[in-house]
Amino acid sequence: MEISMNINGDDVTMEAEPRTLLVHFLRDHLGLTGTHWGCDTSNCGTCVVWVDEEPVKSCTHLAAMAGGHRVKTVEGLETADGLDPVQEGFIQCHGLQCGYCTPGMMMTARALLDKDPDPSEEVIREAISGQICRCTGYSTIIRSIQWAASKERETAVSLEGSPA
Amino acid sequence: MTATEQHIPTPDNNLNDQKPVGFGRMLRKEDPRLVRGAGQFVDDVQLPGMLHLAILRSPFAHAKIVSIDTSAAEAHPKVKAVVTGATLETLNLAWMPTLSNDVQAVLATDKVRFQHQEVAFVVAEDRYSARDALELIDVEYEPLDVVIDVRKALDADAPIIRDDLEGKDNNHCFDWEAGDKEACDAVFADADIVVSEDIVYPRVHPAPMETCGSIADMDKISGKLTLWCTTQAPHAHRTVYALVAGLPEHKIRIIAPDIGGGFGNKVPVYPGYVCSIVASIVTGKPVKWMEDRTENLVSTGFARDYVMRGEIAASKDGKIRAVRTYVLADHGAFNGTAAPLKYPAGFFGVFTGSYDIEAAYCDMDAVYTNKAPGGVAYACSFRITEAVYLIERMVDVLAYDLDMDPAELRLKNFIQPEQFPYESKTGWVYDSGDYEPTMRKAMDMIGYDELRKEQAEKRERGELMGIGISFFTEAVGAGPRKDMDILGLGMADGCELRIHPTGKAVVRLSVKTQGQGHETTFAQIVAEEIGIPPEDIDVVHGDTDNTPFGLGTYGSRSTPVSGAAAALVARKVKDKAQIIASGMLEVSVSDLEWSKGAFNVKGDPSKSVTIQDIAMKAHGAGDLPEGIEGGLEAQICYNPENLTYPFGAYICVVDVDPGTAEVKVRRFVAVDDCGTQINPMIIEGQVHGGLADGVGMALMEMISFDEDGNCLAGSLMDYLIPTAMEVPDWETGHTVTPSPHHPIGAKGIGESATVGSPPAVVNAVVDALKPYGIRHADMPLTPSRVWEAMQGNHQAPI
Repeated sequence: MEISMNINGDDVTMEAEPRTLLVHFLRDHLGLTGTHWGCDTSNCGTCVVWVDEEPVKSCTHLAAMAGGHRVKTVEGLETADGLDPVQEGFIQCHGLQCGYCTPGMMMTARALLDKDPDPSEEVIREAISGQICRCTGYSTIIRSIQWAASKERETAVSLEGSPA
Repeated sequence: MTATEQHIPTPDNNLNDQKPVGFGRMLRKEDPRLVRGAGQFVDDVQLPGMLHLAILRSPFAHAKIVSIDTSAAEAHPKVKAVVTGATLETLNLAWMPTLSNDVQAVLATDKVRFQHQEVAFVVAEDRYSARDALELIDVEYEPLDVVIDVRKALDADAPIIRDDLEGKDNNHCFDWEAGDKEACDAVFADADIVVSEDIVYPRVHPAPMETCGSIADMDKISGKLTLWCTTQAPHAHRTVYALVAGLPEHKIRIIAPDIGGGFGNKVPVYPGYVCSIVASIVTGKPVKWMEDRTENLVSTGFARDYVMRGEIAASKDGKIRAVRTYVLADHGAFNGTAAPLKYPAGFFGVFTGSYDIEAAYCDMDAVYTNKAPGGVAYACSFRITEAVYLIERMVDVLAYDLDMDPAELRLKNFIQPEQFPYESKTGWVYDSGDYEPTMRKAMDMIGYDELRKEQAEKRERGELMGIGISFFTEAVGAGPRKDMDILGLGMADGCELRIHPTGKAVVRLSVKTQGQGHETTFAQIVAEEIGIPPEDIDVVHGDTDNTPFGLGTYGSRSTPVSGAAAALVARKVKDKAQIIASGMLEVSVSDLEWSKGAFNVKGDPSKSVTIQDIAMKAHGAGDLPEGIEGGLEAQICYNPENLTYPFGAYICVVDVDPGTAEVKVRRFVAVDDCGTQINPMIIEGQVHGGLADGVGMALMEMISFDEDGNCLAGSLMDYLIPTAMEVPDWETGHTVTPSPHHPIGAKGIGESATVGSPPAVVNAVVDALKPYGIRHADMPLTPSRVWEAMQGNHQAPI
């Protein structure tokens, strides 16, 4: 079947079997290999992408279900202005080691900060609780997200203070 | 912020970004690609015309294969090949050697020996079609009796699993002993007090987030095989393929690209890798095999599975005099243990721990069962996890019986700093240590005395709070080639350093990062030695065509072995640079002194040449000192003189809900001593990860089986791994006791926390349950198992 969606701002149309999972559609059909696959059972969250600004686990989401929607992946985090503060935070706070769970963690973190610019440690733990990291023990991931939140709040303050 | 030594970067301090020329906090060179999703993992590789391979696995744990009908699968329009064990037998490829000199079936021929064993494979145009075609293969099995309970494996009437081995009439795999039985028995006969406990370290699994997989591409014209593979040991794998498949070694190139975590799971050679090679040869196309999560959990290298009897003989005032243990080791259906050949039990021999004792003895029987092969994995430092768990659990058992504080008991028995190098009663020579300050630091950081007071008050109120201590010593960095090899390959590692004309450099490693950050830390080692900034040093690894030979990354061996090689190769280059500098400055070599990055004339710092100047001279026009060739590069192969012995003190605080038996880890302090620190940020990260592993093993993780041998942990819904909700914010600290024999004094840290943390968590839970008269409970301490223990019904988890 023909599946159309907007991915990271670009409209794409691609032929795929109706049973094609979104994670395979992104990786195998479109070559967007930044989204990883880890478990098939929605437990590990390494495959998290956004469908219309909501984080979903793309290993249990049919590509066809995302048809007509906006999908955002890790490849869409960086803008012309540079890395997203979440990406920067993961670098600054050693929020990754092997880097396999990282794209999913960052997509969840970005969605969280868009809703809550100053989340507590407990809120962050809850937000990433559907995802598994085997390398970091999570503390540095939490610090990374706090780093990004802090940076964004500082930027917001300095923008407020700047002349219109 | 909870602890005294946390380094938490903020946008204002950028604490980790110190840009050191050498050791110190430095951001990782790997991260810019990984945070963009631009890493390249095996499954990210797409080759033109690539086919996909899927493996059919046995539903039975033990069964004869009566017949296999592949005709319907072969008729599938997208299927290119279907291969069974019978096909492989004609190519003499049905069996392969394991890293322990046993053999393992690539595809089963006569019978299957564990559930999910590989039986046949399909190659198809896409991954969905390959999976579809598996359903079309019809296999007739004749089920056989199984051996699942390791304690029954040696029964006279137990079915024989390994009847493929000539003359094999039981399930015994090997026996092993260490220490002096007679001397140990004599101390036990004479001791004031003897404590004994049955302790099970259950079967667990490393479960890296990326599963195992490979892409084989056999070039028919050149006869060269390129294998992209999730391997921690590319060079060792290349040699194994040369031996298995009879391919000439120079015609094999192994590429291990970015690896999504290994933890020992990616050391063995798995049947799937061999199948992908066979498939590429058969089809003439590149063939990708990626296992799914179930396949990863049920068929690839498990960890632990030791049933242990621990015994300590002590004086009544708490001096530990001797340790004795009997171990029944479950190795599964094939002995796939990846350990040095003369160490079939890995380094379990360090079970005497951090204590100065009079005698020790271990007797071990390893057996075959109808379970998946493996054994050495999950950051175990070759079975030191089991050894540390045994001794640290037993010390607490002794403390319980003596009614003595477990911290005081440990402090009383430590090997003293002046005793190093210390030869243990099982023959291990501990290189350096100073245990008490590390222990005291952990106690200070967590506020030990106050916690004991809090605990006493809570017990008065019926609340269950526990404090658990673990003090571990590891033996890592395998190993001296005089007695350590895998399949005859000495465990030395090569390193090559080349300085380019403009003073930039490339260093090539035999080891392979799976997240440890080698591209950063190895640049820092070279930078420390030769003064070139780490950002000017490219680190090449994971490609056998472009790196020197060596045995790879596992057992915390990268820093102790390859790190030493990197330091020494830089020194070798520096020696040559000094001769060239002497020509440039027209003084003798002995008149030069080194300040990081430059040679200057002694007493006259104005007469100086930088390493970059020297590099240009080495490659440039004009004469060099007599006998000196152009260029500035060197290669070495480092053979470690001894293992290194990192250590640490871990203290865990738990609260147990008396109503639900749920365990909550409230705090965890880890003070590690890994000798010289290369990048404290990366060290802290590795410790954090290992601590989460320890909480997982202690409270949640277990690969279990039913009585028919069905694996009950085939998904991440059944095999529970900690999320951010189950672990606390880690509090870490360090002491520094350099290794005397390592060129930079570093000892390795990758597995310390996985090794050291499980006993701290279990000791804490058992301590919390003290009001119930509980002295021991086996992992995993799930709410139901803790509840059973509270009711007096504790059962071993087998």
